[in-house]
Amino acid sequence: VTIAWYLAVSALVFAIGAFGVLTRRNPLVVLLCLELMLNGANLALIAFSRMWGNGDGQILAIVVMTVAACEVCIGLGMIVAIHRRRLPIDVDELRELQG
Amino acid sequence: VSAVLFFIAAIGVIAGAIGVVSLSNPFYSVLALVGHLLSLAVLFLLLRAEFVAAAQVVLYAGAVMVLYVFVVAYVGGEEQSLMATQALRRVRSRGHGGRKLSGALFAGALLVELFIALLGSGLKAVDGYGAPYAPGPHAFGTPGYIGNLLLTRFLLVFEIASLLLLIAAVGGVVLARRRRGLEGEERDEHAPLRLARPLGTGTMLEAVEGLPLALARAGGAHPAESGAAESREGARHEEGGW
Repeated sequence: VTIAWYLAVSALVFAIGAFGVLTRRNPLVVLLCLELMLNGANLALIAFSRMWGNGDGQILAIVVMTVAACEVCIGLGMIVAIHRRRLPIDVDELRELQG
Repeated sequence: VSAVLFFIAAIGVIAGAIGVVSLSNPFYSVLALVGHLLSLAVLFLLLRAEFVAAAQVVLYAGAVMVLYVFVVAYVGGEEQSLMATQALRRVRSRGHGGRKLSGALFAGALLVELFIALLGSGLKAVDGYGAPYAPGPHAFGTPGYIGNLLLTRFLLVFEIASLLLLIAAVGGVVLARRRRGLEGEERDEHAPLRLARPLGTGTMLEAVEGLPLALARAGGAHPAESGAAESREGARHEEGGW
């Protein structure tokens, strides 16, 4: 299987994730779709890393995973805070930043 | 064998991704994402990224997904969807189909663009099988190799990532903590008055419930009474709970 197949899969996953981010309204699912996009990017990074036999891409993939974990932490904290205030868990309803 | 494994894993990856996007219950979306991540780890293994695959399974599919499951259970997917039905209907009538259509259009455009950028570039290396690989204890992608890179060339990146994790942990705690003035306001409302008043001087609370119980309720300053101390402990637990 050539590298091109891996890149095709990564592009598909990224596009599916982008579709989910654009269409879903539950912020939990939006976070999940963001994870999908990051995973698509990760797969491309690791495929390119394999292509050149160079470890830099894998390090960058690990950094992306770290950033994803941070994003999940903050995002889930925000969702819990929204739930505590009895606000609707819906990104269309939460349009205003003011408390 | 590797081709068969690739196609099985790729189908798992794409099916998981579609499941995440299309399932209506967030809990099932999380489960679909777990399947997606496990299949993705197989692809990473096929690409000789052993350490990244292991980290993916242990950290991502393990720890992060457990966090997701807990939050979904806490927020409640089903109940929330029932609660927000009316709001949803309002939004839906305002143009749900248009959003879905434009989202699909945008994602399709993105996909075409990515395919052009990745596969239409005509790079010869993309059609190859990757760099030559020799197995060994410090071969490409093993933990030793990654650790060597992380502690020599990418030491600054490593430190910045750890600092970022610390900031995110603190931020998560700050965001999700129990705020004063939302839930605990009944308990704290008259705290200054209670401090100024001598104990046992006949408030309504003491008259109704009896002195020890009222003292316990007030979290008062009589440490000799074991009942008061116990219930104060209980109150503290309740307040400190997640």
